[in-house]
Amino acid sequence: MNIATSTEVICFAVLATVVVIGGLGVILLDNIVYSAFLLGGVFLAVAGLYLLLNASFVAAAQVLVYVGAVNVLILFAIMLVNKKEDLKPIKSLRTRKILSAGVCAGLLGLLIRVNLTTPWSLPGPNGIGEQATIRIGEHLFTDYLLPFELASVLLLMAMIGAIVLARRDVLVSDVGTGKSVNQSLIEKTQPPLLIDKSSK
Amino acid sequence: MIEIFTGPVPLQAYLLLASFLFCIGVWGLINSRNAVRVLMSIELMLNSVNINLIAFSSYLDGALIRGQVFTIFVITVAAAEAAVGLAILLSLYRNRVTIDMENFNLLRW
Repeated sequence: MNIATSTEVICFAVLATVVVIGGLGVILLDNIVYSAFLLGGVFLAVAGLYLLLNASFVAAAQVLVYVGAVNVLILFAIMLVNKKEDLKPIKSLRTRKILSAGVCAGLLGLLIRVNLTTPWSLPGPNGIGEQATIRIGEHLFTDYLLPFELASVLLLMAMIGAIVLARRDVLVSDVGTGKSVNQSLIEKTQPPLLIDKSSK
Repeated sequence: MIEIFTGPVPLQAYLLLASFLFCIGVWGLINSRNAVRVLMSIELMLNSVNINLIAFSSYLDGALIRGQVFTIFVITVAAAEAAVGLAILLSLYRNRVTIDMENFNLLRW
């Protein structure tokens, strides 16, 4: 076991510990702001795992998209909706948690069994390294061209949809033509209609 | 069987880690009462799937790194999903003034 291998094993152990403990913290901590920052730590550790697996481009994309965009978006959402509210106690909550933990443990056992008993035909880790980005570009523009273009349409749809869903102010008339705007999709500034009656 | 402590990191180690992360995500998805935490659990599950894809791409696919391409697409879809999900969440919060998942039962029979 040479020094490069042992370094890889140590890096993997540290990153795996961060991922598992961070993931548990994300779902178990009471304060959701701590959960969001731990989620950022998990994303960074996963990016480190990608680097260990010779996927430098995907690691960079992970840091940019997940840590830079998704995590910041989640933090913004927390800041916007972070109202201290007393959750109503539900009966049989503990039973539900224990049952779902049992189901998840069963799923985990199944996955572990599949992982360990399947004879993977291992050529071993490839040393493609710096060529990976070039290969990804070739894939994206030859045999994965259609999903690539569809992804751009999907991002446009998600952007417009998010703006329409989240906007609060309403334009009464169109800026260009002066006609009145169809506002059926836009939420009006009105008192909330759907407040839970049982909470009063 | 598996030589975790003598050789380089085996494929099974990555798969085990991804399994753990996926099950953590499933548990959080079922049991969270805060709607933002549900979205965070979904992101955890997507990340575990991405670890799987990259590991298979590196260990089984040779120089054709198709798993990395799939991971790029998964990251794209996850970003779109997070944006739309959080916008829906803001809209829900404006209408119902709560983010407790137990109160979102308008469509329940």
